[in-house]
Amino acid sequence: MGKKLVIDPVTRIEGHGKVTVQLDDDNNIIGARLHVVEFRGFEKFVQGHPYWEAPMLLQRICGICFVSHHLCGAKVLDDMIGVGYAQDVQMLPTPEKVRRLGHYFQQLQSHVTAYYYLIAPEMIFGMDAAPEKRNVLGLIEENPEMVKRVVALRKWGQEGIKLVFGKKMHGIASVPGGVNHNISKEDIQRFLKGDDGLLDIDTVITYASEALDVFYKFHEENREQVDRFADVPALNMCLVDEDGNIDYYHGKIRITDEDKNIVEEFDYHEYMDYFAEATEEWSYMKFPYLKKYGRERGSVRVGPLARVNVTKAYGAATPLAQAALEKFHDYSHGKASNKTLHTNWARAIEILHSAELIKNLLHDPDLQKEELKMTPSKDKWTGEGIGVVEAPRGTLLHHYKADKEGNITFCNLVVSTTQNNTVMNRTVLAVAEEYLGGQQEITEGMMNAIEVGIRAYDPCLSCATHATSGNMPLDVRVLDSKGNIIDSKKR
Amino acid sequence: MSIKITIDGKEIETQAGEALINVAADNGIFIPRLCYMRGKPCLGTCRVCSVKVNGWMAASCATPVYDGMNVEVDDPEVKDMQKALVENLFSEGTHNCPSCEKSGRCDLQAIAYETDMMVSRFPYRFTERKRDNAAELIWLERDRCIFCQLCVHYIRDEKTGQKIFSISGRGPSSQIEIDKTLADKMTKEQAREASDICPVGCIIDKERGFDHAIGVRKYEISSIRERILKGEQ
Repeated sequence: MGKKLVIDPVTRIEGHGKVTVQLDDDNNIIGARLHVVEFRGFEKFVQGHPYWEAPMLLQRICGICFVSHHLCGAKVLDDMIGVGYAQDVQMLPTPEKVRRLGHYFQQLQSHVTAYYYLIAPEMIFGMDAAPEKRNVLGLIEENPEMVKRVVALRKWGQEGIKLVFGKKMHGIASVPGGVNHNISKEDIQRFLKGDDGLLDIDTVITYASEALDVFYKFHEENREQVDRFADVPALNMCLVDEDGNIDYYHGKIRITDEDKNIVEEFDYHEYMDYFAEATEEWSYMKFPYLKKYGRERGSVRVGPLARVNVTKAYGAATPLAQAALEKFHDYSHGKASNKTLHTNWARAIEILHSAELIKNLLHDPDLQKEELKMTPSKDKWTGEGIGVVEAPRGTLLHHYKADKEGNITFCNLVVSTTQNNTVMNRTVLAVAEEYLGGQQEITEGMMNAIEVGIRAYDPCLSCATHATSGNMPLDVRVLDSKGNIIDSKKR
Repeated sequence: MSIKITIDGKEIETQAGEALINVAADNGIFIPRLCYMRGKPCLGTCRVCSVKVNGWMAASCATPVYDGMNVEVDDPEVKDMQKALVENLFSEGTHNCPSCEKSGRCDLQAIAYETDMMVSRFPYRFTERKRDNAAELIWLERDRCIFCQLCVHYIRDEKTGQKIFSISGRGPSSQIEIDKTLADKMTKEQAREASDICPVGCIIDKERGFDHAIGVRKYEISSIRERILKGEQ
């Protein structure tokens, strides 16, 4: 009789999940799954609220990437009132740039949090290090100066979020058709030149570059492990601008294959024409896939690795990030990288890219202009909208409908971690086969390897748990004092 | 007629018949309130302004001062009573400040801060009253109504003086109502006034939303305590 290994909870991720690994008598891997075991219900309880509350309410699904949810909802509302991208209306320059600025600040702080607080312990101490050392406290002990810089960098991102949204968490700036304030010159100067306890922009860029150095060192010392670890195939998806390069706020959805050929490219308002969603009884997280290619071939990867795979160039406006991207592409020989741990490389590139994008925007005088929102006549009301942004973890979609009085009647959230569900499960299986398969003794380090694979995606399971259709899957087990199952019921 | 009263041991000279709540504010003594607007007749519906008058609890908005009156405001029993009344309102309705557009300019929220409320001691009712958004300019979020009746008395049809808002039902079945025909005659300014007079997020001006950035909302600029002590509300 085989056995089952359980990692519960998976640590250093956002939200709650567990992993089960099934082994046969010879400890060969039969199967491995990432289960999302929490339930939220935001799509249901937002119904009945006034449409303009949605970006405020729904951002509370997450304490990390709330800005992405807020902006995604804002784009939906623009569509709803008739001045969105669905109507081919270009947002006014000031509100779009204010929103973008907040978005880039959030990407910076979110990536820094994931990269250093959650992921870096393995890069610095190794997967086999003792758990009591392999954490952020261990980092403080090992390299306090680096951690001080990380804290300052993250603080700068958080203060930037506060600048735009009024609070470091769950603030508000976007209103239907625009924003409720611009950014003053005085505040811009604080972020460019630094202030009491706030870094100046050049120091921010220097510290952001150091994230890449951490990865390069780790890669150089562990090249075989990094390049071999969970090399799992998937299509890559992100929003792209007119030149086919990443645009974190707006663009078309582009999906490319391993050779960087475009598999699909479409307006994100047509998302549901291209994608279907599967559910499994063992997880609250849905499994989206491209209808045309089926579930096996049509699952996509989103997030930093997908974005650097799809993007050809960042351009001359962000020269340091451009150089880092070129180095990544050279290493991958012009092909898409499927190597899970290269996601951390991509994340470090994006930390730098965000910092450079912020620097450019801070110099933009449009941020001080007074024209803050469009107010269309009531006959423009459409009552439906779809918003997509590139959240730190990948492509995020919100879709709402409202009745003519403005009550929300439908809400669907397809979050980045959901898009990554299949590829994360493939990663878990690949790592289990590589590290656990056929082993006589399963060590804590081997189990941690699975978590390392999951953490590379920086999954936000709290955001991603949305399978609300039908009966909620339920698995109740009654155990005796020795842990043996004496009764179980499944729904 | 000039009289003398005592508030928290401080002797105050004032005019007989003046509302106690105003005398206190004029002498720098803060008393929380939700249904009282300075300059308008007292409604006495919320009771949050209760203080001890000669040892007995009384709503200070409904109590005219008289010579020799002894008032206790800074008293543990009084403060707990005021806080309990605020907590009761939070338990009776559904008040989610984080997603409510009135946050930052909501009297109930501001008074909850002033009374040091952290969480309600009473079980939440999770009231479900159907919202009414049929009117052109007003969205009625009934779960948030605290039945202060400010809108009922002070927001009226500008031509006929008829009431636009009313209370229907009794006891726990009570709910705020809006006369759609009259409401649709409201000007944008009057709809804004109705939204402003509501001490919670029940009467929502549909054209407002989150129009004020965090940091410049009413009670972030000047606290409800400061406003009351300046005689502004």
